[in-house]
Amino acid sequence: MALKMVKGSIDRMFDKNLQDLVRGIRNHKEDEAKYISQCIDEIKQELKQDNIAVKANAVCKLTYLQMLGYDISWAAFNIIEVMSASKFTFKRIGYLAASQCFHEGTDVIMLTTNQIRKDLSSPSQYDTGVALTGLSCFVTPDLARDLANDIMTLMSHTKPYIRKKAVLIMYKVFLKYPESLRPAFPRLKEKLEDPDPGVQSAAVNVICELARRNPKNYLSLAPLFFKLMTSSTNNWVLIKIIKLFGALTPLEPRLGKKLIEPLTNLIHSTSAMSLLYECVNTVIAVLISLSSGMPNHSASIQLCVQKLRILIEDSDQNLKYLGLLAMSKILRTHPKSVQAHKDLVLQCLDDKDESIRLRALDLLYGMVSKKNLVEIVKKLMSHVDKAEGTTYRDELLTKIIDICSQCNYQHITNFQWYISVLVELTRLEGTRHGHLIAAQMLDVAIRVKAIRKFAVSQMSALLDRAHLVASSTQRNGICEVLYAAAWICGEFSEHLQEPQQTLEAMLRPKVTTLPGHIQAVYVQNVVKLYAAILQQKEQAAEPEAAQDVTQLMVERLPQFVQSADLEVQERASCILQLVKHIQKLQAKDVPVAEEVSALFAGELNPVAPKAQKKVPVPEGLDLDAWINEPPSDSESEDEKPKAIFHEEEQRHVKQRQPEADEEELARRREARKQEQANNPFYIKSSPSPQKRYQDLPGVEHIPVVQIDLSVPLKVPGMPASDQYVKLEEERRQRQRLEKDRKKKKKKDKERKGRARRRGSLLSESDEDVAPAQQVDIVTEEMPENALPSDEDDKDPNDPYRALDIDLDRPLADSEKLPVQKHRNADTSKSPEKEHVPVTEKKPKKPKKKEKKLREK
Amino acid sequence: MIKFFLMVNKQGQTRLSKYYEHVEINKRTLLETEVIKSCLSRSNEQCSFIEFKDFKLIYRQYAALFIVVGVNDTENEMAIYEFIHNFVEVLDEYFSRVSELDIMFNLDKVHIILDEMVLNGCIVETNRARILAPLLILDKMSE
Repeated sequence: MALKMVKGSIDRMFDKNLQDLVRGIRNHKEDEAKYISQCIDEIKQELKQDNIAVKANAVCKLTYLQMLGYDISWAAFNIIEVMSASKFTFKRIGYLAASQCFHEGTDVIMLTTNQIRKDLSSPSQYDTGVALTGLSCFVTPDLARDLANDIMTLMSHTKPYIRKKAVLIMYKVFLKYPESLRPAFPRLKEKLEDPDPGVQSAAVNVICELARRNPKNYLSLAPLFFKLMTSSTNNWVLIKIIKLFGALTPLEPRLGKKLIEPLTNLIHSTSAMSLLYECVNTVIAVLISLSSGMPNHSASIQLCVQKLRILIEDSDQNLKYLGLLAMSKILRTHPKSVQAHKDLVLQCLDDKDESIRLRALDLLYGMVSKKNLVEIVKKLMSHVDKAEGTTYRDELLTKIIDICSQCNYQHITNFQWYISVLVELTRLEGTRHGHLIAAQMLDVAIRVKAIRKFAVSQMSALLDRAHLVASSTQRNGICEVLYAAAWICGEFSEHLQEPQQTLEAMLRPKVTTLPGHIQAVYVQNVVKLYAAILQQKEQAAEPEAAQDVTQLMVERLPQFVQSADLEVQERASCILQLVKHIQKLQAKDVPVAEEVSALFAGELNPVAPKAQKKVPVPEGLDLDAWINEPPSDSESEDEKPKAIFHEEEQRHVKQRQPEADEEELARRREARKQEQANNPFYIKSSPSPQKRYQDLPGVEHIPVVQIDLSVPLKVPGMPASDQYVKLEEERRQRQRLEKDRKKKKKKDKERKGRARRRGSLLSESDEDVAPAQQVDIVTEEMPENALPSDEDDKDPNDPYRALDIDLDRPLADSEKLPVQKHRNADTSKSPEKEHVPVTEKKPKKPKKKEKKLREK
Repeated sequence: MIKFFLMVNKQGQTRLSKYYEHVEINKRTLLETEVIKSCLSRSNEQCSFIEFKDFKLIYRQYAALFIVVGVNDTENEMAIYEFIHNFVEVLDEYFSRVSELDIMFNLDKVHIILDEMVLNGCIVETNRARILAPLLILDKMSE
């Protein structure tokens, strides 16, 4: 026995502590993984020992290993053991490990509740402190509920060290257990006036965080914060309070007016850059919320812009960045004040730092006008050439296109120039935004009639270029431009100088290496070109040339028929048949050109993206009316005598027309929602479709039986509701029905543009531009109870939403925090709000406690 | 709110990591490598704020060690920047001329200091004396 003890202690001498572990890892650089797995085995051995010091050492090493990326959740139970050590150093190690590795999913957390409670009420403030610190990392809703009362009491502890920590952790508790907010709030308010500055700033922190999410509940505290702001000198606290005011001012304009003066004073007086930045930010927020027009407000804006200019001109990159960031906020509402500093922004564009350039790019957006657009874009293009990294280049590309196309191309005076810019951009390799350029080309070519000739000539030149085809392997690469080029050439083939040449370019064998969706467009447009050429040749009375062209098609189309892409195959084979048929007809000298070109008659117009949604329901169609007669109430009484048919009819009735009782429906809906929320396997869809679904008057109105809706939803005069999906998705989900497109129908293609591309194109002073087609937007009819779109984004599980509680109402009796009582004490003890010492132990705990008592 | 606090050296080895929001363990290493990559690619003249995915990174370089703090967009970047320096000053005072080795061998103590300064993602204490007080008492107790 004694020998065992000696052996044990000798073993212990060779245990590694943390420092040895680190040294060992450093020395084993080559076989680090092997060494670490060896160490983990040793740690597992150590954890089996009874000695708490050994266990603590092992857990300490585990913490380090966890930081390196090794999972230590298997040791969770041992960590809890260490947490329950009585010596502070060991306890601390346990809590540290717990805070690093426990999370809500750890099931052993419930074993810690009692331990934490004991530590919270411990006489030593450091025990309490360490428990509070560790708790903040792994508090779960259960823990929060059980410990809320204890923590609340700690907020009035004698030691400020504890008070501070308790206040801060209440925030986490509020998040996990929102019902605790109302009972705890009065105490939290008291802490704002605590004599100790640390506690005060902690309380400010917590309330600021809470108020930022749900500002309207905290407006009553505004005067208190105002006093704090004017009296405090601690910069960190000031920053928090000012940020809070920034969140409150949109709701209370009078507050904003009062704030401007102290804020401007602060701006003038402070030397701390961070505080200055925060003040400027808040002033901007205040001024945005206040209605403009008052003269002294423009003075404040000028002051802000001035200060920001100083920031931007500073040599410190950080300050530059912050200045630009704040400027872009002003830009949104007061673009004129910012425009005066255009030169500075252009200068920042040349900066070496990428983040600063990105910020400056953002600012540029609001600073372009007709006159300087060309030179700004020229500058940006030179940057594009210089830019090395692809993300920055991509960013530049998107920005150039954004700037040029904003407000319906308001600033472009010369579209020829714009098309040439786009063509130059195609020379970029390795970009992810090929589709953007393609979309722009299509958009401009379609909407600006006068430029079509020029566009078509450029596009046919593009088609000839070999290098674009070479980069065909990339998705969304620059080869997307070929998509646009092919389409434009096909659609506006009347402007082509050399259609034959273009046709041959499109039929080259190398084309088969392009992505499928592009090839599909090629095939389609080849036919359009073919039709145009046929027309030409027949009119010029050159039947042999016409037959030559047909022969060319017959030879080259089979390469598409063999393509792996389904769409391409289908189109190519259909067209091949058509061409062969034409060949036969041509052999009989029948003029076919007229009929072939009739296939593609009609013009495609752009349609606004929201037009589909805005199709009004035609007169006389009531979507909510019963399609079949609802059952009359007398039927249910008649069911009784016919007992045999009772069930069938019931079922039948239930299937087709449920009771149109609103309460019943609402109840069922609630029950369904509840069930869905509780069901872990129910896949919740994204909020917006869900919301819209729930807004329709109830699921029950959707009949299970198939309806034969004989009322067509077509409105004469509006574009037919073949809804085309966005351009990018369109390539992937093309209409499979070849025949529909061949039939003579007035088709409309929907452009996924930005919402502003509605209405006619404004004609500029330049002679090239002609007004585009008028797009009629009918006034919207939204479904009943439709919510505005921004509410759809809120996640129903957002914890901050749960904290949207009215704090001004007095506390009801039901809202006291739950206090754990001793199970046998319900007769003798009355429930108190004070901390009740719990002597009852959970079943698992006694074993550990006894073990510990034994070893001591 | 601070999402995480990292100390990574130039070779990409993490010396300290503290997450204030739960992140899976395998995602952590991935995140750390990406973060250090973006920090290493910056030069001295560039600003210390990087926009990274949906949060911001604020970093400072001290010799071979990068201290990176990830925040969401509600925080004042400049304040966090100053906070990082504050933290290093506290470490300096405690370890007297702190070096990377000090941090490695006394990881638990560094965690204690960090916990005193940041709780639940918020900066709670910036006064050096108050931060080090509990730690000094602890040291005295263990002697």
